[in-house]
Amino acid sequence: MDLLPLIIIFALSLFIGYEVITKVPSTLHTPLMSGSNAISGIVIVGAIIIVSNANGILAIIISVIAIILATINVVGGFMVTDRMLAMFKRSKNRD
Amino acid sequence: MLEISSNIENIVYLISASLFIIGLKRLASPTTARNGNRLASLGMLIAIIVTILKYTDNNFEWIIIGIVIGGLLGIILSKYVQMTAIPQLVAIFNGFGGGASALVAIYEILYPKESVISIFVLAAIAFSTILGSLTLTGSFIAFGKLQEIIPTRPILFPLRNYLNSLLLLLIVFFAIIMVIPNFSSLNILYILIALSLLAGILIVIPIGGADMPVIIALLNSYSGIAGAGAGFVLNNPVLIISGSLVGASGLILTRIMIKAMNRSLANVILGGLGSDDGSQHATNENRLVKSLNTEDAAMILGYAENVIFVPGYGLAVAQAQHQINELANILKDNGTKIKYAIHPVAGRMPGHMNVLLAEANIPYNELKDLDEINSEFDNADVAVVIGANDVTNPIARTDPSSPIYGMPILNVDKAKSVIVLKRSMASGFAGIENELFFLDKTSLLFGDAKDSIEEMTREIKNLDNI
Repeated sequence: MDLLPLIIIFALSLFIGYEVITKVPSTLHTPLMSGSNAISGIVIVGAIIIVSNANGILAIIISVIAIILATINVVGGFMVTDRMLAMFKRSKNRD
Repeated sequence: MLEISSNIENIVYLISASLFIIGLKRLASPTTARNGNRLASLGMLIAIIVTILKYTDNNFEWIIIGIVIGGLLGIILSKYVQMTAIPQLVAIFNGFGGGASALVAIYEILYPKESVISIFVLAAIAFSTILGSLTLTGSFIAFGKLQEIIPTRPILFPLRNYLNSLLLLLIVFFAIIMVIPNFSSLNILYILIALSLLAGILIVIPIGGADMPVIIALLNSYSGIAGAGAGFVLNNPVLIISGSLVGASGLILTRIMIKAMNRSLANVILGGLGSDDGSQHATNENRLVKSLNTEDAAMILGYAENVIFVPGYGLAVAQAQHQINELANILKDNGTKIKYAIHPVAGRMPGHMNVLLAEANIPYNELKDLDEINSEFDNADVAVVIGANDVTNPIARTDPSSPIYGMPILNVDKAKSVIVLKRSMASGFAGIENELFFLDKTSLLFGDAKDSIEEMTREIKNLDNI
């Protein structure tokens, strides 16, 4: 892809991120952080692409470590967010 | 390797990115949030699957090994960590994300696909490497502080602001050299990595415990932006979109945190508060406070109609969230109205208190933020402060010479009476005496918060039985 479309994507995503995230109430800021952190684990896609090109032991070590770190981020991040969100409950018959 | 065209690949990535956005949007309400998180994880899953199908013609076994190891570690970490330790966990996940982005960028320069790397890709590599490495070590230091392996008080080394500025200038300098094709070399990259790793350590180590929410939010943002940088390196739009969403999220949270402290980011990083001189001029005077025992406290609570609990980090330390819920339930059964006042920077990360109280089954609609609750203190018969300090200090409204002057605080002093649960008379993180404690309407209940609350609950039960 050319450079310009990538920059456009980047700028527009920042705007979308700003719009969407300002609507998250402070009650959910911790799940927001861990959930968005899990999303930043998307770099796992990059890690998979580099492993598949890797030749030689050092190249494989670097790229497999990248996969491990990104997977911890993805799996751990989504699961702990789910665990937290499961705890948020409304009061029953009150208010 | 399956024959998947770039178009199909990019359409799948577009679906993933859309699911991330919808997922984040659903975080706007606790009722839809869990579903949103699951949609986002579905988006991640399809992105991973299409990438493996398209790109993997060799080293498939290595990908599986990496995913299995990382997945198991992720499951173990997320399942067994206690809710009080969530800030540490998020810190370390941030670090891993930053590390992964840095490694992807570094790999591209160690093993370039083309003989000449364009200036732009070099810049993206430098950018991701710097932010990713800095996030990695910074997050580990934050983790160490939150886990109390490293002292949580600010560690101030001499000339630190000069050293840090010099370090950042060096990083910028080498980053520029790195981008100029004729000067660019692996040695420059190694210098850049070393300097960035060091910068992460030196920037976070002087940060005190109460400033952690800002730093965690900032590192969260960096890990996202580093990922977006890796997207520019690999020409991959889904990385750019997701990375910038996370970057924006972290920046917004950082801004909310520093606003809630009435400080600037520079002030937090340069360590204006809680540093050496703050604590000295505060504790000289010996002023009298009123104290009371659990029986008296139970009596006051037992006859109150409106009660507001004000939790702070001390609640997390004492692990007293379940005890509060028990006390609150007894009071509710007597017809008392209960609310919780949550300051944005209470705890060690944004929203920390909300998660702790949710864990104890406290309904989220009773948790009120600063703007919602401040007008209600006037009607409160009793405000019970549990392990919160600086965020309740009325001096922030009245004394322009105070370091916390102007910080938005919870108007606990407006309640008809105040009970403060406290371990000792030590001042808060900012090293300032809390004027709230010396008011006529305030009584202090000394002791471990968990024990005190348990005893109060028992006493109130006894009151009912009479």
